[in-house]
Amino acid sequence: MAIAPPEQRIWWNERIERGELVWIAIAFLWGLVMFFMMVYWHIEGKQNLSNEAYRIDPGVFEQRTTDFAEKYKVREDGTTGYPVVKPPAGGDVYMLARLWEWWPVLELEKGQTYRLHLSSLDWQHGFSLQPINFNLQVHPGIEHVVTMTPTESGTFGVVCNEFCGLGHHQMIGRIYVVEPGKTQ
Amino acid sequence: MAITAAETGVIAGIAAKFRTCPATGLKIDLAAERLIKANAVAAVVFLLIGGVFGLLVALTRWPAVHLLPSDWFYLVLTAHGLDVLLLWIIFFEMAVLYFASAVLLSCRLAAPQVAWVGFALMIVGGLMTNVAVLQGDSSVMFTSYVPMKAEPHFYLGLILFAVGALLGCIVFFGTLVIAREERTYEGSVPLVTFGAITAAVIAVFTIASGAIILIPTFLWSVGYIGHIDTVMYKLVWWAMGHSSQQINVAAHVAVWYLIIAVTVGAKPLSEKVSRTAFFLYILFLQLASAHHLLVEPGLSSEWRVFNTSYALYLAVLGSLIHGMTVPGAIEAAQRKNGYVNGLFEWLRKAPWGNPAFAGMFLSLVMFGFLGGISGVVLGTEQINLMMHNTLYVPGHFHSTVVAGTTLTFMAVTYLVLPLIFQRQVIWPKLAKWQPYLFALGVAGISLFMMGAGTLGVARRHWDITFSDAVISFDYPATAFLMMGLNGLFAIIASVGGALYILITVGTVLFGKKVDASNVVASLGPMPQKQVSGAVKEYGSAGTWQLPGTYIIVGVFFITFVLYYFVNWKYLSEIWPLG
Repeated sequence: MAIAPPEQRIWWNERIERGELVWIAIAFLWGLVMFFMMVYWHIEGKQNLSNEAYRIDPGVFEQRTTDFAEKYKVREDGTTGYPVVKPPAGGDVYMLARLWEWWPVLELEKGQTYRLHLSSLDWQHGFSLQPINFNLQVHPGIEHVVTMTPTESGTFGVVCNEFCGLGHHQMIGRIYVVEPGKTQ
Repeated sequence: MAITAAETGVIAGIAAKFRTCPATGLKIDLAAERLIKANAVAAVVFLLIGGVFGLLVALTRWPAVHLLPSDWFYLVLTAHGLDVLLLWIIFFEMAVLYFASAVLLSCRLAAPQVAWVGFALMIVGGLMTNVAVLQGDSSVMFTSYVPMKAEPHFYLGLILFAVGALLGCIVFFGTLVIAREERTYEGSVPLVTFGAITAAVIAVFTIASGAIILIPTFLWSVGYIGHIDTVMYKLVWWAMGHSSQQINVAAHVAVWYLIIAVTVGAKPLSEKVSRTAFFLYILFLQLASAHHLLVEPGLSSEWRVFNTSYALYLAVLGSLIHGMTVPGAIEAAQRKNGYVNGLFEWLRKAPWGNPAFAGMFLSLVMFGFLGGISGVVLGTEQINLMMHNTLYVPGHFHSTVVAGTTLTFMAVTYLVLPLIFQRQVIWPKLAKWQPYLFALGVAGISLFMMGAGTLGVARRHWDITFSDAVISFDYPATAFLMMGLNGLFAIIASVGGALYILITVGTVLFGKKVDASNVVASLGPMPQKQVSGAVKEYGSAGTWQLPGTYIIVGVFFITFVLYYFVNWKYLSEIWPLG
């Protein structure tokens, strides 16, 4: 009984039954498979998290994003009035998070690889690209540089999925992905 | 020299007062019994409060109902996490610690006064943080990520609560020392006590981590510290936040062994294997803080891979071992009880009408199939990219903490009421259905939240229609269906939870007294032994025939492998990232 001391006083010498040993061996090997699967994906897989990150003053990041937006702004977004920024294919892209918006709206080309710079000016936010469904945590004071290659065209939402106060549920951004050489 | 009355009083105080349990013959220290009762009652009160908050959360996230306004929603969500994840579970665990030490070892409790001080601190701390949240300026969620700031008494309450829990752990360890000194038991401590020791060791680590992060955060909230690093905060906070869930795992697995010992007479298949599995928890579970840092900037891949896997999945190995040894012990015991036909007679003829057994077994299945598998998948470094901060996360932890820990604690309550409170469970027919109803509800909320999460729905989010946002975005219609079903099943779970509270409170207040004549009957239906003089030893040739368990474990393993690789396939289809 598990509520009484072990019946065999020298319980650490008791024999382990075959069935139990086999399961322990399978479970241990399965753990190794899962461990090396992550390692393997770093070598062969195409979806890995970037480890490129820098400490940055929020004011500096805001300035860089503003400069970026002014330089490559192509139009204003329909009813929302947000600047739509279309950087050269394959270049650096900035998006900042603040209470409660993602700024600016981006327009990217399908099949091109971009370096996306993300940071927050105030609290933590969650960069959730939908409906692709990949999710990154965005911290104030840290610039995270993620290499990203859109493989389909369309309109994508950036939902904030880290709670950031009362306006959290209004914090939506947008990324357009267009066919090469076209605009939305 | 004559001994004065005062001196005998002091001596009697040290000697403690005991009663003998009519069912087990254990000597029960009355001081320990009072503390177990007090902690269990506090736990149930906070379960009630936190459960109501939980229902309000689910009804708000049901798009067709959308009950609360946004500020109330975030407030109630913060309170829900605090009251059920922290207060209900830790108060109950204090009761488990006192039970597994003083009661199971027939020993007096070390320093009951210290335990009462701990209890008082936990009550004061718990109430203080609740007040802070209800005042409205501390809707920072249970995680309170900096630089979002709560009122100082939000953090102070948590600190007081943690200090109280630490005192409880100290009393627990002290009791173990006394039991050893006074030789109240032979050989090694029982397996259930060993599991409780595991929980308490992890608790000390957890509380230390909590102190390291909450004390500076409190000082920051009152203005003595200027800056708290956001990533460092998460690392240390989750060394408390995730490790405290491992206290739960160790505690509820220990309670599984307790329940199957009492209800079907199960013995551990192998003391060595089960104890090693617990020991793996102590060695490796603490690395789990990394599960919350898989998509943060500024950490290396090597750090993530090593820590998120608990160093080669060695803590998962512990759970996988229990996942076989617990049903295996039930099968071995039931076969000894005479249910030897076919693969599953032992399971069919298990005491399904006993809410303690039924709740425990449902918890075992749901913790393994839903919570365990989803947890490993969610904690895989790259797969986490598709799940971080989506509703998949609460889907996962409702199947570990609610289906695992809460359901197990509910189940063991049906034994605690007759054995410790010495009351017969009122409304036994209703009690019989309670675990099934609650389990059904929890299975629903876990699955539908996970489903919504795979469709990208954010957790901790008031309005997935984004009706007052400047930029619009539409989640797929299926996501809305999932949230509606989540709301429905939350109602079912709430009915199950309400029944539990009604039955528990009703029993404590109005239950018939239990004495030697009716104690065994009060434990609920037990399997009828089919053969007399069944083999008493375990592990001996002839009793080790567990084909049913092998099949259950095989099905589990295949499910695990398939689900794991399906998620890698989904990952391979999203945009290349690097």
